[in-house]
Order: sequence, then C-alpha cells, then structure tokens
Amino acid sequence: MSARIAEFVAMGGYAAYVWPSYALTAAVLIGLLWSSLRALRAREADLAREDGRGESRRRDRSAS
Amino acid sequence: MNAFVAVVARDLRLALRAPGDSATVVLFFVLTVILFPFGVGPEPQILARIASGIAWVTALLACLLSLDRLFQLESEDGSLEQIALSPAPLELLALGKCLAHWLTTGLPLIAASPLIALFLHLPAEGYPALLAALAIGTPTLSLIGGIGAALTLGARRGGVLLPLLVLPLYIPVLIFGVAAVEAELAGLSARPHLLMLGGLAALALPLAPWAIAAALRQSLE
Amino acid sequence: MHRFANPARFLRMAAAVLPWSAALTVGCLGAGLWFALFDSPADYQQGETVRIMYVHVPAAWMALFVYTNLAIASAVALVWKHPLADLAARAMAPIGAAFTALSLITGSLWGQPMWGTWWVWDARLTSVLILFFLYLGHIALANAFDDPTRGNRAAAILALVGAVNVPIIKFSVDWWNTLHQPASIVRIGGPTIDSSMLTPLLLMAFGFTFYFVSVLILRIRAEILARKLRTLRFAQGEATA
Repeated sequence: MSARIAEFVAMGGYAAYVWPSYALTAAVLIGLLWSSLRALRAREADLAREDGRGESRRRDRSAS
Repeated sequence: MNAFVAVVARDLRLALRAPGDSATVVLFFVLTVILFPFGVGPEPQILARIASGIAWVTALLACLLSLDRLFQLESEDGSLEQIALSPAPLELLALGKCLAHWLTTGLPLIAASPLIALFLHLPAEGYPALLAALAIGTPTLSLIGGIGAALTLGARRGGVLLPLLVLPLYIPVLIFGVAAVEAELAGLSARPHLLMLGGLAALALPLAPWAIAAALRQSLE
Repeated sequence: MHRFANPARFLRMAAAVLPWSAALTVGCLGAGLWFALFDSPADYQQGETVRIMYVHVPAAWMALFVYTNLAIASAVALVWKHPLADLAARAMAPIGAAFTALSLITGSLWGQPMWGTWWVWDARLTSVLILFFLYLGHIALANAFDDPTRGNRAAAILALVGAVNVPIIKFSVDWWNTLHQPASIVRIGGPTIDSSMLTPLLLMAFGFTFYFVSVLILRIRAEILARKLRTLRFAQGEATA
C-alpha cells in the first residue's frame, strides 16, 4: 500500500514538475477567490459604515 | 477635408519650428543601435545576422518616443473639444494626427535607416527590402501608436503605460518587417512579407482612426 | 434611477446562480482531479508528465475564453452603454490574466522535462505570452484614471482593439514560427488524445469555467458596491458643502 502511494507521489520520476503545476494552480485560484471575497467584504463594511453615518446625520438634522 | 489639411499643416509647422523633436527621435534610433556592437561584440557576421532585427526593434522604440505628446496640445488648449463639436469628423482629425506623426517620426527613421544598416554590416541586397519594409510598416506603427496615445490621454503615468499597451500590438509589424529583409538576404523574394505589411496597414488605416476618435470622445465626456 | 434598476436585478440573479456555480466548480474540479491524477493512463511517450496537461490546456482555453468574454462585455458597454457591462469587463480581466499566467507557468513546467528547457519560442506559447501582456495592459489602463468610469471606457476600447489584434498576432506568430522552425521538438498535445484523457480534460475545463462564473459574480458585486459607495460619498460631499 505505502509502496503504491510512494509510486503515485513519485509520478514516474516527474514529481518535481507535476506536483508544482497542480499546487500552483490551486494556489492561484484559491488566492484569487480569497482576494475577491476580501474586497467584497471590505466594500460591504464600508457601505454599512457610510449608511450608518448618513442615517445618523439625517436623524441629527431632523432633530434640530 | 480642410480640417484634415489644417491639422496636418499645423503639426508640421510646429515640427519645423522645433526641429529638435524629430532630431531627437533619429538620434535615439542611431544611439540605441550603436549600443548593440558593445553588447554583442563587433564581429561583422554576428551583426549582419541580427541587423534587420535590431533596426526594426529600435525603430519601434523610437516610434514610441513622441507618442505620449500626440494629443496633449489639443487636449490642453481646448481645440480637441472644438474639433469634436465641429461638423468635421473626429476620425479625420485622428488620421491627420497620425499622418503628421509619421511625417515627423517615421520618415526621419526611414531616412536614417541606411546609416543604421551600414553600422550593422547589413549586406547590400538587404537595403532595398529594409527601406521598403520600413516605408510600408511605419505608418501602421503611427496608427496603432495613435490609439495608445488617445487612450492614455489624462491617465496617471501615461508615459509608462503607453509602451505596455502599444508594444504587444506592434509585434506583427515587427515579424513581417524583419522577415522581408531576411527573405531577401536568403535569396528569396521579400514580396509576400511586404504584402503582409501592406495588409496590416490596410487594416489599421480605417480601424485605428475609428478607435482613436472613440477614445478621444470618451476623454471629453 | 435606471442606473440602479439593472444592478438590482443582476444582484438577485447572481444570488440565485452563485450557489449552483460554486457547487459545480467544486464538483467538476473534484471529479476532474480524480480522473486526472488517478484514473487516467500515463502517456506512452510523455509518461506521467501528461498529467500537467489537465491543468495546462484548460487554463489556456480559459485564457482565450475570458478574453472573448472581455471583448463582448466591452462591446456591450460601448455600444449599448449597459451599466453593468463595463463593471463586468473590469472584473473579468484579473481572472483572465490569472488563467493566462497559469497556462504559461504550467507550460513551462511541462516543457522542461519534455523539451529539456523551461521556455521554447513555440508559436502557441508565444501567442499566450502576448495575450498575457494584453491582459496586463488592460488592467493597467482600467486603473490609470482618477475617474473609474473613464478607466472602464478606455479599457473597453483597448479590449476591442485587442480582440481585432489577437487573430492577427496569432497568425503572424505562426508565420514567424514556421520561418524559424527548430530541427526537432516534441509536439505537445496533437491529435493523439485518448478518450480516457478527454474525460479529465473536459471536467477540468468545466470546473475552471464555473470557477470563472463564481468569482466573476463576487467581483462584479464588489464593483457595484464600490460604485454605490462613490455616488453616496459624492452625494454626502454635496450635502455637507
């Protein structure tokens, strides 16, 4: 069993090329997804803050 | 048509009043070429082998030099807005600006190219092909460059951005321009490559002014 | 208010599509990886390196597919002034650039054992490299203006110019490559694709496509919020002034 795993990992001697290809693809795709999500969350937070400020200002104005 | 002539005439007058700009382009062209023997060594065979490539690559770079100022003047003094409002189509102005750019940049480069060929030991049979290829290819460079100039008008770091936009689009001209000279040196005909260059120019001639005009219009909005 | 009517409809649609596209991304990529790494034969010529193909070729397909979408979105933005198309184009470009970069790097990792060198001026690799620079120029131009709307419009024109040029560049690079044909290189891919290879290839391609759709939705959402934020700040600036 472990011999078969070792054989699989070795990729017929090409492990140094096959695995980096897959690892890099995974890294780039996950990285892009992560940064897109982070930008979205940041904008949502900004907008919530801005909305809150606008609301409070409107309340202040109607109170005075 | 009058607007077209006026635009070209004005640019040429400006260029004649300040001939330093065109001279700088030629100087840059020659100076950059002179760097190559220092970089790869002075052996005539090596230089002759890469002469057409060096001449074309440096011509592309020299062509970029004056591009970022192509529409600057019109944009700053407000004449761009006036022309956009006038009945004369903006596409015609764009074409006129590209023609003026070619007359003040492309033409001096062609004139200087025999000197370059001499420095690089280009075999004599390559001269006509190099001149013909530059004559047919450089108008396309001015047209494509005009698109880049119009798109980067008012952009931050427009001068650095321009080569990034324009150089990839110059690659086909470079390929066929060099191939024309190489074919002639190999004893083949330069004709098919020159025809390809002509085809590129025929494609750029209607499309580039259209894209430039669109870019200028959106810069005015 | 027509400016906001459309994004609202898009947001509703996007919210409905996103769970499906995300699930399909995970499903296709999971199945694709299983076939690519375990359940497909090694090539008799290229050995196990053929497994690199299952990420390299779909990434190269995506590079072109995304650029086509970019050009279509740009045309829609310029001709019909659709308020979402230019946001979509801006959101697409980095995804396309990422796939193009992946295709180049995995191609290089494949080339080293096959050709004995990290880079070959092969016609296909060269075209993809130029495509990568077209993407970079597009991203740089879209972000080069203080007014994002201007950046979007300029980038849209550039995308159309690029779309006209991509076939010309492809053709001229092929031409150039035949002029400088090296003596002997092992051709990658070719017509010898076995059906056992086609399954993982297509699964990975679909996985990448659904990934593109999912990330695109997230990025367009962020762009819509950014634009809302700008108009809000602008309005508040007016109100306080």
